[in-house]
Amino acid sequence: MQKQALNFVLVGVGGQGTILASDVLAELGLKLGYDVKKAEVHGMSQRGGSVTSHLRWGPQVFAPVIARGQADYLVAFEKLEAVRFIDMLRPGGTVLINDYSIMPATVNAGSAVYPRDDALQAALDSAGVKAVWIKGMEIAEGLGNSKTANVVLLGALSKLLGLAPEAWDEVLAGRVPAKYLELNRMAFQAGREAVSS
Amino acid sequence: MKRLLSGNEAVARAAWEAGCAVGSGYPGTPSTEIMEAFAQYPGVYAEWAPNEKVALDAAIGAAYAGKRAISTMKHVGLNVAADAFFYAAMTGIEAGLVIVSADDPSMHSSQNEQDNRQFAKFARIPCLDPSDSQDAHDLAVAAFDLSEQFDTPVLLRMTTRVCHTSSPVELGEQRQNLAEPGKYPRNLGKYCMLPANARKRHPVIEARIAELAEFAETFPYNRVEWREKSLGIITGGVGYEYAREVFPEASVLKLGMVYPLPRRLIADFASQVERLIVVEELDPFIEDQVRLMGVELYKVGSVAAYPNTKSIFSITGEFDPATVRASAVRAGLLAEDGQVHPAPAAIDLPQRPPVLCPGCPHRSTFYVLHKLGVPVNGDIGCYTLGITPPLSALHTCGCMGASIGVAHGAAIAGDKERHVAVIGDSTFFHTGVPALINVAYNHSNVITIIMDNRVTGMTGHQENPGTGKTLQMKPAREVDMETLVRACGIDRVLTVEALDVDLIEKTLKAWMKSDEPAVLITREECALLPSARSRWMPLEVVAEKCNGCTLCFRIGCPAILKSEELDAHYQRPLAEIDPLLCTGCEICAQVCPRDAILFRKQMSERV
Repeated sequence: MQKQALNFVLVGVGGQGTILASDVLAELGLKLGYDVKKAEVHGMSQRGGSVTSHLRWGPQVFAPVIARGQADYLVAFEKLEAVRFIDMLRPGGTVLINDYSIMPATVNAGSAVYPRDDALQAALDSAGVKAVWIKGMEIAEGLGNSKTANVVLLGALSKLLGLAPEAWDEVLAGRVPAKYLELNRMAFQAGREAVSS
Repeated sequence: MKRLLSGNEAVARAAWEAGCAVGSGYPGTPSTEIMEAFAQYPGVYAEWAPNEKVALDAAIGAAYAGKRAISTMKHVGLNVAADAFFYAAMTGIEAGLVIVSADDPSMHSSQNEQDNRQFAKFARIPCLDPSDSQDAHDLAVAAFDLSEQFDTPVLLRMTTRVCHTSSPVELGEQRQNLAEPGKYPRNLGKYCMLPANARKRHPVIEARIAELAEFAETFPYNRVEWREKSLGIITGGVGYEYAREVFPEASVLKLGMVYPLPRRLIADFASQVERLIVVEELDPFIEDQVRLMGVELYKVGSVAAYPNTKSIFSITGEFDPATVRASAVRAGLLAEDGQVHPAPAAIDLPQRPPVLCPGCPHRSTFYVLHKLGVPVNGDIGCYTLGITPPLSALHTCGCMGASIGVAHGAAIAGDKERHVAVIGDSTFFHTGVPALINVAYNHSNVITIIMDNRVTGMTGHQENPGTGKTLQMKPAREVDMETLVRACGIDRVLTVEALDVDLIEKTLKAWMKSDEPAVLITREECALLPSARSRWMPLEVVAEKCNGCTLCFRIGCPAILKSEELDAHYQRPLAEIDPLLCTGCEICAQVCPRDAILFRKQMSERV
């Protein structure tokens, strides 16, 4: 077990399943024998807002929120959000990015511009972190259900963490309705295969 | 068996374990999930009341009747319930009464960040302040016992981070089996707070709080954790977690009860440490009390300045480990850690500000109000988002129920413009009704729009007196809004479909020609309700008809995009509809002067 707390920040846009993913990660931590804290920033119930979840594993976890520059992993379900929260990572931390964009209302309204890919990449490059891209949405759609993109990302994260899939599977089975379990298992496996460890 | 529970879920579980039989609350972030979770337990009665005062009266009534009761609300809800809070402090109860106030440091979803520990001191009620879910569970169970032992309501004060953080909780085995209550008390001297009785009760509650201060000395949740003695920290609530994070070697006096304080325990702790500080969010509540005891706290330079007597940490906003550390470094308590923090990405990122959802039935009314250019006095709910551009159609917003009264005030002050008050269905039931009675009774010309989206929306879809269901999903009598409005004394009242832009505009324009008070009820269920979702149908723009006139952009719908395609004549971007976001509310189709946006009927008639 890690001596120090392991800090995860999960970011996305309302409706992407960010909360479910952080629930899975929290329960997994507990199953692995860690103390766990999971803090959610509840937005208002409107669609399209930012969703942020702080998750900590450790022998004993105190602070519920992670300070800027202290996260080990940033899991971003949307690429603009990855850049927005990149300074949450410690130097050398890892950002796992779903290669997918959701236009903010400000962009749709023409009052702001969604940054180009090269600008986003440059911002990530200058952050001194390890960036892992994954086509979570594409993979999920390939499996026939775009809603499983969050589980694809969890699969990829499990590989990055070097954790065996069995415990994850137990947690997923307890979280996902039975009729979707097989689909989610496939999504998880596809996510594992999509990144090299 | 440990289970991951949020602080809110932990309180609900604890209340059930403690044999609490009755819960009454009003939804409000971050408190809402407590009553929602409590309502799911077997053998309990739980309800949403129209407002916090009614909720607290109900819980007090249950506790008078000998059943353990809990009342939940957000911090500003306790302002509404304050009258009840204070008389309950005077009368005491027959069975345990716990009042949960969920404070919101940093105002994630509130109009202020008042520190409700002050209410406990104000009313002489003990205050418990948990630091995480396990603590919330344990202190909630203890609160019911404490309430009965000292014949007092107990304030369980939570904060957003405690409410909405999940951490492992060791659950109690089962529900306490409490004896059935006896006959309803006929104890007039205790329960009828007429002046003569109240004068006798005041010394009783002063003595009670003194006894509680004595009890606090040995209360097991006030505990000392001895580590190094060069720094001692007195802390309560979530402050404890940050103290442990940032000062892992320091000795800590962790206060589960932050009012009243254990004087000897504090003096003894203080005498054994070299430097003593207090770590608490918001007000210097513990800090001031400790100073009043004559205990010396570590000082930075001169004494903290009056009136902000908080000496080291910020009086505003919630903590995080970085801000606590930075304050400690400034105060000379910690050395700079020398860490180079990454700079934020040097790139302009578009924000995702909260806006009215696609399909929101409030949008049409705000579009019309913006067009009319009248001053609009707003209220608390999703429709507060009418403030966001391009609608920008809301000019004041203070607290629950304020809209109608503030509009009335402008009218009686002789403001030259006609005032419109906008208020949601649940907020109207909450505190709008007395204000509307005032408009009718004192006859001002306020036009009130009740935006009835058939649910309490902003807090995540709670039932209310207009929805026909209770919190525990029993069928309920629906309040007939029009009848209620007429009974308040308003003759001119009309209910319209909230999505009917023309009718809303025509009605308001006609009403503004006369000087009478009036109420327009705009009715359409929230677009996110399951029944509404089942009717979602994305609309389309007929590019050949659109000339980029921008009118549909002005309704501020996230589903309407500026296309990359330009109008050939004007070189303006055409409108485009995002099929993933559009619900088919047709507001854009109604405002389009060129019939370039297809209505639902046209969509289904197309092959």
